[in-house]
Amino acid sequence: MDKKVSQDSQNVNEAVTPTEEAGSSRREFLGQSGRVAAGVGVAALLGNLGNYALSYAAGGPPIKIGVLHSLSGTMAISEVSLRDVVLMAVEEINKAGGVMGRQVEAKVVDPASNWDLFAEKAKQLLLEDKVSVVFGCWTSVSRKSVLPVFEKNNGLLFYPVQYEGEECSRNVFYTGAAVNQQAAPAVEYLMSQEGGNYKKFYLLGTDYVYPRTTNKILRAMLLAKKVPASNIEEEYTPFHHQDYQTICGKIKKFAAGGGAAVISTINGDSNVPFYKEFGNQGLRAEDAPIMAFSVAEDELRGMDTSALVGHLAAWNYYQSVDTPQNKKFVANFKAYCKRNNLPDGENRVTDDPIEAAYFGVYVWKQAVEKAGDIGVDKVRKAVYGQKFLAPGGQIMMDEANQHTHKPVLIGEILKDGQFKVIHRSKGLVKPEPWSEYTNPEKGCDWINHQGTYQKK
Amino acid sequence: MPEQAVARQDSRETLSFYVVGALFLIVVPLLNVLPAEDSWLHISDFRLNQFGKFLAFAILALGLDLIWGYCGVLSLGQGVFFGFGAYCMGMYLSLQIGKESVYGSELPDFMVWTQVKELPLFWYPFKNFIGGFLGAMLVPMLFATIFGFLAFRSRIKGVYFAIITQALAFAAWLVFNRNETRLGGTNGLTDFKQLLGFRLSDPSTQRGLYILTVLALAASYMLCRWIVASRAGNVLIAIRDSESRVTFSGYTPWKYKLFVFVVAAGLAGLAGMLYVPQVGIITPAQIGVLPSLEVVIWVAVGGRGTLIGAILGAVAVNYGRSVLTNYFPEAWPFILGGLFVVVVTMFPDGLVGMIRKLSDRKKTPSPLIKAEGSTAA
Amino acid sequence: MSLAGIPRKLLVLVVLLLSVLGLCLQSALAADEADHIASTVVSSADPIEQALLDVKSEDAAVRSKAVALLIEKGDASLIPKLDAIRAEADRAIRVAIKPVIDLLKNRANLTSEQSDTRRSAAADLVGTGRPEAITWLEQAAAKEPVWWVKYTMEESAQLIQLRSEDQAVQLVAVKKLGELRSQNGLSALKEFVEAGAQSGATNEQRALAEAAQTSVERIDSWSRWASVMETLFRGVSLSSILLIMSLGLAIVFGLMGVINMAHGELMMIGAYATFVTQQAFIAWFSPEMFDWYFPVALPVAFVTAAAFGWVLEATVIRFLYGRLLETLLATWGVSLILMQAARVYFGDLTAVIAPQALRGGAQVMVGVYLPYNRIFIIVLSTICVLGIYFLLFRSNLGIRVRSVTQNRNMSACLGIPTRKVDSYTFAFASGLAGIAGWALTMVGNVDPGLGQNYIVDSFMVVVTGGVGKLAGTIWASLGIGGLNKLIEPVSGAVYGKVFILVGVILFLQWRPQGLFAAKGRNADA
Repeated sequence: MDKKVSQDSQNVNEAVTPTEEAGSSRREFLGQSGRVAAGVGVAALLGNLGNYALSYAAGGPPIKIGVLHSLSGTMAISEVSLRDVVLMAVEEINKAGGVMGRQVEAKVVDPASNWDLFAEKAKQLLLEDKVSVVFGCWTSVSRKSVLPVFEKNNGLLFYPVQYEGEECSRNVFYTGAAVNQQAAPAVEYLMSQEGGNYKKFYLLGTDYVYPRTTNKILRAMLLAKKVPASNIEEEYTPFHHQDYQTICGKIKKFAAGGGAAVISTINGDSNVPFYKEFGNQGLRAEDAPIMAFSVAEDELRGMDTSALVGHLAAWNYYQSVDTPQNKKFVANFKAYCKRNNLPDGENRVTDDPIEAAYFGVYVWKQAVEKAGDIGVDKVRKAVYGQKFLAPGGQIMMDEANQHTHKPVLIGEILKDGQFKVIHRSKGLVKPEPWSEYTNPEKGCDWINHQGTYQKK
Repeated sequence: MPEQAVARQDSRETLSFYVVGALFLIVVPLLNVLPAEDSWLHISDFRLNQFGKFLAFAILALGLDLIWGYCGVLSLGQGVFFGFGAYCMGMYLSLQIGKESVYGSELPDFMVWTQVKELPLFWYPFKNFIGGFLGAMLVPMLFATIFGFLAFRSRIKGVYFAIITQALAFAAWLVFNRNETRLGGTNGLTDFKQLLGFRLSDPSTQRGLYILTVLALAASYMLCRWIVASRAGNVLIAIRDSESRVTFSGYTPWKYKLFVFVVAAGLAGLAGMLYVPQVGIITPAQIGVLPSLEVVIWVAVGGRGTLIGAILGAVAVNYGRSVLTNYFPEAWPFILGGLFVVVVTMFPDGLVGMIRKLSDRKKTPSPLIKAEGSTAA
Repeated sequence: MSLAGIPRKLLVLVVLLLSVLGLCLQSALAADEADHIASTVVSSADPIEQALLDVKSEDAAVRSKAVALLIEKGDASLIPKLDAIRAEADRAIRVAIKPVIDLLKNRANLTSEQSDTRRSAAADLVGTGRPEAITWLEQAAAKEPVWWVKYTMEESAQLIQLRSEDQAVQLVAVKKLGELRSQNGLSALKEFVEAGAQSGATNEQRALAEAAQTSVERIDSWSRWASVMETLFRGVSLSSILLIMSLGLAIVFGLMGVINMAHGELMMIGAYATFVTQQAFIAWFSPEMFDWYFPVALPVAFVTAAAFGWVLEATVIRFLYGRLLETLLATWGVSLILMQAARVYFGDLTAVIAPQALRGGAQVMVGVYLPYNRIFIIVLSTICVLGIYFLLFRSNLGIRVRSVTQNRNMSACLGIPTRKVDSYTFAFASGLAGIAGWALTMVGNVDPGLGQNYIVDSFMVVVTGGVGKLAGTIWASLGIGGLNKLIEPVSGAVYGKVFILVGVILFLQWRPQGLFAAKGRNADA
């Protein structure tokens, strides 16, 4: 895979973006330096020379980065897209002249949806391949499994998926949402006048750390907002659960009388049987909407969406977000998939984790350039406060807590598997790794404190 | 069977055992320490650690070989026993984290996020190493005794036994995935810091663990050889080849089966115990249906009915996976599946069988492997 | 002169002032000017038009008055206009208009062609809580032909009555809801009961509470029955899924003693065959024909899976006759390969869209709603069992299969080509797996892991049922499926499964060869 990237980077793209212009002029200069010296104006020459000299001084062997996403096994369906988009970002960066004039070389490994293998592959990336940064992981368990490896060996991981929070690792940058940037605002929305004044909440999830922790926080929040405990129901099903007859029956009873919403943290292949059963048992989105935190465009493209239309989801980005940079991003991604003969080619879609994985690479690039070094400690400090115009809009890395300031968008599922944005937060939401509802006394700060600290 | 052939094979196996054992015990760690890092002879800490893991798997494979290769009882639930051992050791290691954990609590992290306020009672024995060690050995054996007693006494065998053990693996996977079991749910146990005061992040600790694993493997191998060579070992092979004849000869086969089943479970527990500190994580994913079946592949590829084969298979398949997934990640399941089909249909004696066939062309093929053809109705 | 001069000056001043004021007003209200003029002109003409303008007013009181009028007098023809207003208005106005639109839309939908739409409309009207809706609902109910829709209309009307100020009306509604066994009224009724139990409750409240209590009890006892019915149905439904999956497995196991670990993947092939058929219909046929893909996919799924099975038998299993455990392992290898092949080839763009006829369900009685797709699978598995029965007991092949199952060597001696029987039977059983996969697309995913999700369960069924008896498989799947659904509401899905597995292990203690063991004299059997 890394071979392919470097080959592609040699095909100089003619598209005109500011950065790419600089890159190609540099190459031109390399090729035609003799004639240029004779013919071109002194100022221009000096400008170019300076540019060249700078890149030469900074240039050198390619910078190695690691990509740690499952390419086989059950998680492959979600994670392959993240690998694709990271490689696309690398290709873009290389075409635009690389990072500090050095090309970026991606080392892709396959942890095969096996959590133990995640730890092993992370070790391999850090110790054997000596990569300067790793983009990877999807499930919380995979992140938890590589965390000790990154901390022991002082690696750097960009983690692009929304997660349960309650973590504040020095070696991880979280470009996905914390609970207060996705789940909590979504429930607040449902409780609002605009969202439909829902009073009863059925918290349904797959049994693992993300749903458990998210629901713990949501429950605390609901109780704090004076929702009686009898109006909150919590239930978990195992991974790959298929038979939702009983649970949908329970929901039906729970929702009788109206004012009930389902908060779903169901993961992966359980979603289709769940939504199908939900619809087939006569429950409608108007009676009891399902607000999902793990259903995005990439999952929807493989589903029969007829059962899902009208249900809701909360994310920080949708493919349908209407910004010029997003239009370009979506088009580029589709073109990239087609060009590289990836499965489904042009039919690929973008979604929140894909966007987060994408801008993660750019945030890292900017930080490296700011630090002027690829050393983990320097880059880490440079990441704080970085801003980037991501496809979904401007984002900002927090000044101290390793997370990302992002907008919150509530979307309604449409027939074509896309989302219609029906609610948008005002501005960016500040990430809170420690929820104010469950851990009000804790904070995360790597500038003034050593990670997690007790608030006074 | 010709006596000399067996003797010759025995001596050859013993010799190779010492040679390979010395290689793994002395040469490999030396290559890790002595040569410069960029020398081609150098074995990196990462590789050494990886070998350690493979050798732990080899112990697991030895156990399965004992019960499947020698006694003809296919257990598709070895992962469960491995998991018991690993979890017992993991619980000890989790309690050793102490205040270093993410939440800064004495309790393991996952208990904090699942809102467990006090250490559950069954965690107490694992506060010290003896508890963890004994637990890792005894829990799998005890469980195997109960399960095996129920299964073998009522003469559940063959495919029935295989399926029941698979169901066991499935059920254990389901239960371990639950968070109410207070074992960490899907995330399992991780983020260990120290073992008996040694920092696990220290390369020298890992080296020590590696050497320990080699020694444990050697000891397990000797134990298995001793069992196989004993009178009981002959009965085991007889049971494999025709259980009813053994019964008619006045033996009670189920007791022998139970015995090896329990030994195999103990070996699996030992393997799990050694696996955890080296890999640094144990999750239910390691005890499900698939990992349990993978053990069977290792043994089948290496050559069942030969102890060396089990070890060889475990190391070869795992090493192959580690190398091949780097180059053809999507092809690995094809290779694994293909390997299984080809080995089972065409090379029932596995790698060892092939090597033997090549080396003693003139002799009759290995007498040890005559699968349970006679049990087919 | 001076007097005359002053007023003239004043006049000029006033005019000047007025014009300045006017200018200010004009600029301030520039946007609304046209409306203002229009409103003054139309106001006398049509109250509805007036109200349409008033809803845009800044004044909340004017707005709510207009809203009330629109609800009272308006009809569905206003919806486009309201939608237009909504599109331009700001949030406060949108919030004010929403109930009007909802109400009018639902009112219009009460007379829709589709019974589902009528019912949804009736249910949604409760949320508005408008007393006007009661008459609409009652009128609609009087004309309604479908009992369930009629029921919902009556229930909705009573639910709105419940919020009346008049306690006599409330009392009637409370009793009526009890008679209707209304599930949706339960929470409101319980509130009445609680209100009556409080110390400061008035006599009327107590009377209401008493009536509500009786109604709650009626509803509760009814819903107990309903949940028994639903649990039974779910049990049967799960059993039929297990049955349809295990049938093929059981036949092969009985005949050849082979546990085919790739059986789940043959189901997956059936599901993918259904998917491919659907894609073919999308590509080549008109959208009206679309629903026909599903019946067409049945033979496609059967034949594809049978072909795969035949090849599997010919290339792998035939080398392993007599080595049972090896077949288990080899077929598992095959299943790994098939799964990964599906993953690589199909990726994740695989959704099978249920035909219209299999969506939704039937309300058979109050509180009991049976999804069509589940009913479909129950019927299908019954047909499959009957089909297999006739094939095994009424056909020539069946006699051969049974005789080979009973005694292979003897059958061979009598001239039965046992290998051919094996091969055909294996292909047929694989085809059955294909049919199972075809049916499963209606309840779950089409993905590479499809087979794995069910395989352990179907093994359990086969092992519990015992070798070679159709009845064993049927009873075992009914028992396992039924028990599972019985335990699940109490213990949750996971422990339900674990209990079943433990139960099976204990059951085999008692009957090591399963429910219907083959009787014979072979000690090794």
